[in-house]
Amino acid sequence: MSTESITWATPQAATPPPLVEQLHHWVATVDHKRLGILYILYALVFLVAGGVEATIMRIQLIRPHNHFVSPEVFNRMFTMHGTTMIFFAAMPLVFGFANYLVPLMIGARDMAFPRLNAFSFWMTAFGGLLLYFSFVGGDGLYGAGSAPDVGWFAYAPLTSQTFSPGHSTDFWILALLVSGIGSVGTAINIIATILSLRCPGMTLGKMPLLAWLNLTMAGLVILAVSPLTAAQVMLLVDRFLGGHFFDTQAGGSAVIWMHFFWVFGHPEVYVLVIPAFAFASEIIPVFSRKAIFGYPIMVAATLCIGFISMSVWAHHMFTVGMSAAENTFFVFSTMAIAVPTGIKIFNWLATMWGGQIHFQTPMLFCIAFLFQFLIAGLTGVMLSAAPFDWQLGSSYFVVAHFHYVIVGAILFTSFGAFYYWFPKMSGRMYNEKFGKLHFWLFLIGFHLTFDFMHIPGLLGMPRRIYTYEPGRGWDIWNLIVTIGVFFQAAGVLVFACNLFWSYFRGQVAGSDPWDAWTLEWSTTSPPPAYNFAALPEVKSRRPLWDLKHPEDPDWHYE
Amino acid sequence: MSASSVTIPEAEIRWNPPARGPVGMYCLIAAESAIFTIFVVAYIFYIGKSLTGPQPKDVLEVPVFYTVCLLSSSLTIHFAVKFLRSGKVGFFLFWWFLTIALGGTFLVGTALEWRHLIYVDGLTIQTNLFGTTYYSLVGLHAFHVTVGLLALTAVLLFALLGDVKQQHAERVEVLSLYWHFVDAVWVVVFTVVYIIGR
Repeated sequence: MSTESITWATPQAATPPPLVEQLHHWVATVDHKRLGILYILYALVFLVAGGVEATIMRIQLIRPHNHFVSPEVFNRMFTMHGTTMIFFAAMPLVFGFANYLVPLMIGARDMAFPRLNAFSFWMTAFGGLLLYFSFVGGDGLYGAGSAPDVGWFAYAPLTSQTFSPGHSTDFWILALLVSGIGSVGTAINIIATILSLRCPGMTLGKMPLLAWLNLTMAGLVILAVSPLTAAQVMLLVDRFLGGHFFDTQAGGSAVIWMHFFWVFGHPEVYVLVIPAFAFASEIIPVFSRKAIFGYPIMVAATLCIGFISMSVWAHHMFTVGMSAAENTFFVFSTMAIAVPTGIKIFNWLATMWGGQIHFQTPMLFCIAFLFQFLIAGLTGVMLSAAPFDWQLGSSYFVVAHFHYVIVGAILFTSFGAFYYWFPKMSGRMYNEKFGKLHFWLFLIGFHLTFDFMHIPGLLGMPRRIYTYEPGRGWDIWNLIVTIGVFFQAAGVLVFACNLFWSYFRGQVAGSDPWDAWTLEWSTTSPPPAYNFAALPEVKSRRPLWDLKHPEDPDWHYE
Repeated sequence: MSASSVTIPEAEIRWNPPARGPVGMYCLIAAESAIFTIFVVAYIFYIGKSLTGPQPKDVLEVPVFYTVCLLSSSLTIHFAVKFLRSGKVGFFLFWWFLTIALGGTFLVGTALEWRHLIYVDGLTIQTNLFGTTYYSLVGLHAFHVTVGLLALTAVLLFALLGDVKQQHAERVEVLSLYWHFVDAVWVVVFTVVYIIGR
């Protein structure tokens, strides 16, 4: 353990290059940290765009017979909201953190294919621009344009030329096709990085859980996003070349589009939630001051979830009318996925059990995630029973359920991840008071909105209606749901101000503000372009613990 | 640490993670396989569901010769890589060129088949479900053959300029993985389109 002291040229000493040059460096970068940050910033922009669309919908639904927006605009809003949030907010967010963290956590210099990495990011970025260009180009630029209005899963035959003239649906198809290529590129990169670039000693069994979970996520992206790409190509063939894949009048099937879409669509949920698990699996141990409980079981449960998630897609289609055999299969496979997920929840609880829990902002978000994800899972098991789904499918109960997963689990842990790794990315601490304010505002807003959203669903309110009759018992619940949105918006505003302010004025963080154990905390904050001055050597799952406690290293016990 | 005279020899860590090139290519192949799976599923699902003619059994002929060409190109590219690995660039060039010729012949076969289908049998992508699924699936495969041929030709040009040497064998092998995949997919497409679907 002879650490040679090497003096590195300090880049801070030189005067910063002019702004144009700095921006050029960002645009032309192939550095995984910069691309990661670009992904995250891009995701935040689209998170706000999707949030504005959600707010417009909620204002429209605040009372019966409201005339805030027209039915046409409402259709565009729910289509754009869903598409934006899944493809251009959640996925770039997940990829951004994976890009930034995976090489640092496994002690690598960069991703396996840095140029492919840049290519993938720009494909995703241009996909998002293409989608939003539809607002002006949807009708082909000869008048007031229009955005796609076919819903985020774009069921046939609504997407045929007959029912969706103009180019708004084409923009939707192309945006997803282009960003899908980017997603697959990034997934290939993540897998190659994790398998090939681990630092000496880091066997698969000694990787941080975040690397394991992102490996699973990338595998799912490869197997799930590619079918979507194929389905989009078929839809393009139908719309531009006069094909009949989804043309029921020529013998084509509308149901096969549903299958193709949900073969992508359901694993996609796990593409998003597995990285959320990854954040929780890194944050909860550090703020409980204990190693993760049941590491091998966590890995096994993750792989199990990845595997089962490929065979549950048709639970989105119970109301379509499938055969009894199909229904039975998908009921049981869907219920089975609750088992590995439950194992994970118990492991996180066991990690906290008997630990010294520090209730800082990242941990608060992760604790809320545990409770909320449990409820999301419970309503998921309810909806997995086909007869229950026949009653409540396509109602606000379903909307509440999946927002509980996407907001209550994915967004909450992502906020936790923001606060946890913000010191590493920026070199400065965030403001803890404002972090807690953000947490409480968002928690209250989340529960006002999505707890009470279950009730109109149970009372029979279908999703995607632009208004409703008074006196059905839905009015008060819709009012509460909309009020919650403003709490959430206020929380996000506090979050944005906190990050912005802390970036310039926050306390200098140092390389390891959380006294954490994974390799990214062993280098400076923000890390230099080369990541590590000396290649670390790993003997256990917590290399920094071993370094800080040479008298009691982890590899005595693993 | 203080006893300077005693040095404990650290065990040499054996650390051979897989090379990134093949890993990346295998992942790409997995993604492409997923795409082909969806097209194959659509093809099988729509067999016999066309409302109008022509039907597959009326117009499709089994392209035995061109299939033999494509499949044997897997063998020739294997030899090419083998010779490059042992440094025999001349033999490499020969087998590599033969691979391109065989792949090109296959594409000519597809072109002739499509020409016959379009102008003689009157089957286009708009005609019926068979036309839609057939041209999409076979076309998707032909697209991959084309991409592969472009990549192979690029390597051929580099090799003719003298830039492909023994130390590039691993990279060339990564490309050959893709070519093997394109051939393997043809086995599936051939079985589905010309045997099951007919």
